[in-house]
Amino acid sequence: MPTPGGTDQESTTQGPTDPAARSRRASPSRLPADATVDLAAERRASGIDEILDTLDRELVGLAPVKTRIRELAALLLVDRVRQGFQLSASRPSLHMSFTGSPGTGKTTVALRMAELLHRLGCIDRGHLVAVTRDDLVGQYVGHTAPKTKEVIKRAMGGVLFIDEAYYLYRAENERDYGQEAIEILLQVMESHRDSLVVIFAGYKDRMESFFSSNPGLSSRIAHHLDFSDYDLDELMAIAALMLEREHYRFSEPAERTFRDYLQRRMRQPRFANARSVRNALERARLRQANRLLAATGRTWSRDDLMRFEPEDFLASRVFADEST
Amino acid sequence: MRITQGTFSYLPDLTDDEIAMQVQYALDHGWALSVEFTDDPHPRNHYWHMWGLPMFDLHDAAGVVYEVNECRQAYPLYYIRVNAYDASPTRQTTALSFIVNRPPDEPGFRLERQEHVDRRLRYTLHPYAADRPAGDRYPPTMPER
Ligand SMILES: Nc1ncnc2c1ncn2[C@@H]1O[C@H](COP(=O)(O)OP(=O)(O)OP(=O)(O)O)[C@@H](O)[C@H]1O
Ligand SMILES: [Mg+2]
Repeated sequence: MPTPGGTDQESTTQGPTDPAARSRRASPSRLPADATVDLAAERRASGIDEILDTLDRELVGLAPVKTRIRELAALLLVDRVRQGFQLSASRPSLHMSFTGSPGTGKTTVALRMAELLHRLGCIDRGHLVAVTRDDLVGQYVGHTAPKTKEVIKRAMGGVLFIDEAYYLYRAENERDYGQEAIEILLQVMESHRDSLVVIFAGYKDRMESFFSSNPGLSSRIAHHLDFSDYDLDELMAIAALMLEREHYRFSEPAERTFRDYLQRRMRQPRFANARSVRNALERARLRQANRLLAATGRTWSRDDLMRFEPEDFLASRVFADEST
Repeated sequence: MRITQGTFSYLPDLTDDEIAMQVQYALDHGWALSVEFTDDPHPRNHYWHMWGLPMFDLHDAAGVVYEVNECRQAYPLYYIRVNAYDASPTRQTTALSFIVNRPPDEPGFRLERQEHVDRRLRYTLHPYAADRPAGDRYPPTMPER
């Protein structure tokens, strides 16, 4: 078993910024300096594997993101064990930025992240408060600060997820109230590191210019995670997952048709990765229902009700556009 | 004279950790919390100033503790209390209300007697602090008395 350091006991009183939050957190019992710990047991007790496994199972692809989350989980777990030996180090900064195209799973991962951090005891509640510019920035002078603070208070103990964060900053208007919201965030991200994790999300290029015009933000964010677009096979796997959850399935020809559909759809504008898959399947449900109702004078089996046929996809505009 | 008002009033002042735990208890019951302050310690003074609006939809005590600290910073010499309001239909009242900040020096009250008809006496309490104008009742060091 690995025995972490444990040679000299640092009796540091270097205070956490928010003592109330820190002391309420379930800290592991104190260990004598010559004790050893079973990290595997700690790991089982924390229940992080459950989350990491569901993450693996329910999210297709995203290998770099998953690796980073595993690394982070390991760090946080070891950190907690170290605290048992009074080897205190400052809590690792957990603010993150998620960049990637629409529908690549940023919101989904953020939700899981909140749960994971909660299991690891980094945040007390584990809820996610998702906001955009409108929730933070006010309409008139003096409106922004209370609004932003309100949101921050609601998110405390959990994760504050700021979608399309670049809208907070409008380069063309230096009096824009967004700047005020950013300043409050900057302050709270530093002073309440123990009770709040902030995740910024948005499209990659615009996030980069947002961070370059707000260097203070970027330097407070320790983890920049990039969500890449899915390839065709991954999209098919995502479709399979979604169908399974909704108790539908493709007939064999329908699977080929759907593959064809996705190939065409990927080339078109406003393709939104997994979300486009979801939308396509929603529309297929609609067409399937109508197909079933339109055919009179026969009965349908359980399997008929679950199965998509090629015509449920062929009616799509995606195919129509190609032929004209 | 240390004034005692509200819940826990006969306990020693709560520490910040204890305040956070009480707030969390209130949040876990779904009560809305608010912060109020005043410099009039009279027990019948029900109308304290509101420090911002009541807070709804919080999950964690840190948000309330944050406002308490902001209020303490702005009014270090005032009384500050935290209220928890239970809005459930059968109750609809303040479920919990406790003092989280008080002036360092509390001069207390004098008993006043008012002569009434037939030599009857009426009694009332008068806080010494109220002799000074509102907003200036608890100077950092109280004058010699
Ligand atoms: N890797 C994946 N595996 C399975 N389902 C996925 C995956 N990625 C995304 N999804 C599904 O796609 C849908 C859209 O994902 P999500 O809302 O997380 O995207 P997003 O990156 O937040 O998009 P936007 O930038 O437009 O907000 C969700 O229903 C989610 O369940
Ligand atoms: Mg999203």
